[in-house]
Amino acid sequence: MPEQLAFAIEVFLNGLMSGVLYALVALGFVLIYKASGIFNFAQGVMALFAAMTLVGIQNGQVPFSHLINAILGTHIHHFGWHIHSVLAIAMTVLVMIALAWAVQKFVFRYLVGQEPIILFMATIGLAYFLEGFADLMWGSEIKTLDVCLTANACLPQGINLAIDETTYNWFGYGFFIDNLDITATIVAIILVIALVAFSQYTKQGRAMRAVADDHQAALSVGISLNFIWVLVWSVAGFVALVAGIMWGAKSGVQFSLSLIALKALPVLMLGGFTSIPGAIVGGLIIGVGEKLFEFWVGPLVGGATENWFAYVLALVFLVFRPQGLFGEKIIERV
Amino acid sequence: MSTQESYVTEDGRTIGPTVMEMKNITLRFGGVKAITDISFDIREGEVRAIIGPNGAGKSSMLNVISGFYVPQEGEVWYKGKKRPPMKPYQVAEQGIARTFQNIALFEGMTVLDNVMTGRIRQMNSGLLSQAIWRGKAEKEEIENREAVEKIIDFLEIQAIRKTPVGRLPYGLKKRVELARALAAEPSILLLDEPMAGMNVEEKEDMSRFILDMNDEFGTTIALIEHDMGVVMDLSDRVVVMDYGKKIGDGTPDEVRSNQAVIDAYLGVAHD
Repeated sequence: MPEQLAFAIEVFLNGLMSGVLYALVALGFVLIYKASGIFNFAQGVMALFAAMTLVGIQNGQVPFSHLINAILGTHIHHFGWHIHSVLAIAMTVLVMIALAWAVQKFVFRYLVGQEPIILFMATIGLAYFLEGFADLMWGSEIKTLDVCLTANACLPQGINLAIDETTYNWFGYGFFIDNLDITATIVAIILVIALVAFSQYTKQGRAMRAVADDHQAALSVGISLNFIWVLVWSVAGFVALVAGIMWGAKSGVQFSLSLIALKALPVLMLGGFTSIPGAIVGGLIIGVGEKLFEFWVGPLVGGATENWFAYVLALVFLVFRPQGLFGEKIIERV
Repeated sequence: MSTQESYVTEDGRTIGPTVMEMKNITLRFGGVKAITDISFDIREGEVRAIIGPNGAGKSSMLNVISGFYVPQEGEVWYKGKKRPPMKPYQVAEQGIARTFQNIALFEGMTVLDNVMTGRIRQMNSGLLSQAIWRGKAEKEEIENREAVEKIIDFLEIQAIRKTPVGRLPYGLKKRVELARALAAEPSILLLDEPMAGMNVEEKEDMSRFILDMNDEFGTTIALIEHDMGVVMDLSDRVVVMDYGKKIGDGTPDEVRSNQAVIDAYLGVAHD
């Protein structure tokens, strides 16, 4: 195999895997948008908040310690224990459910039936509030996230999931692939299958789709809109947690994590705002597209194409296919 | 007519005691009175019609029964108890199913899924059990699927089971909506203009389904219609409304000979 082609394949594979990470964030957007018509600008911050909470719980950090110390003049920072990752993840899920409940109870319950732009503004407010709240709760320093994805200590002997790239020898060529990316891919596949199965074959999943489709009809068959919205925000919180873990493990838990929400926008424009498969395919196309574009065109224009490629591609889609690849085409009957 | 004793109709159906009673209902939108001091009852197993010209307040009445509107005055009695103000989904949980004048279906979902949503009241396994789809959730899904298939057979929509509702023609959508309401095994089934916008053949089909439902499942039906002819053939008792007031109540024959009703429908000379 020629060296050049093999390298292109390696770039392609790496693109696929970073695409999976984009898709994970986009998925959270699609879930909420489908069920409530809210474009949730806070999805990225939710991922950040989830990751920070997970690290905080794991390390036994005292929440709001800066605030407590400032008021009471104490010097507490840690409880002095470490919690196993599985338990910590379960506890973080509970925190995300509580967050979903609070968001519905204190914000969106009062905005039912409002214009989409008002709901959107509310999520922007929520994003900034949550970012400040996360800062206040857990502090602003960069943290390392370690949930067995990067440390081999908590895995059985023989399984190697180190963050270091591993060389796979295929076709007489060494492919460098980040092991974390493989884990992320597997997790994303399981997550998507689980979500699709839940929404297709269970009562609550069906109720979620029903609410997304027609509020009035949903009420008439006995579905509580409030309950379903809390459920949807909880599921989106869970997806945010998964995305937060993956991105956090890759680049550290820091506030720039909330900006990954911006990368999800072109993904959604490509895939369509209402389609779960669209979020996945859109993520993969963006991931692969920007890596290959950088590989072939980058050298000609001086590099750094990864920063803008996704957005230009989204613009092209907006012009020629505004509903995205899988979105519902809006046909207005006259 | 307000006796509580059951009786048997000429065609052999049993009409039971009162299941729902509306007492002096008044509904206002700002300064506009949509319903003024209306009382009537619905008895178990009967087909009860609410008729009246356009704008008489029929749909508002149905919305009061199904909890979409809360009346300013008056009481709703259901199964012998006074009903506190409720959200529409709570009313649905109590066993009152409905259809809408302008069809409210889940357009993106298949016919089967639409009808399955009607079974939500019958499915009560926990969220966790559903998330892992084991035990109760799995059993429940299969049982309810069987019940839904029976209703789909009954309403003769087997051929379109897997079709997304958005693609169906109007007449079939109406039938799917009826199937979803029937799937809830309601104590009272509210139909808001089930025949509106249909051609003669579709109207005949719909009438047959309504009569069969009432006959075979003993479903109590309250329906709104402004086509007098259809209503007179279908119903056991009729409430007539005009300008938000009740102007007649009784069997089709009684209502037909009521002078106020004739005036409302044919107009009356003001001199």
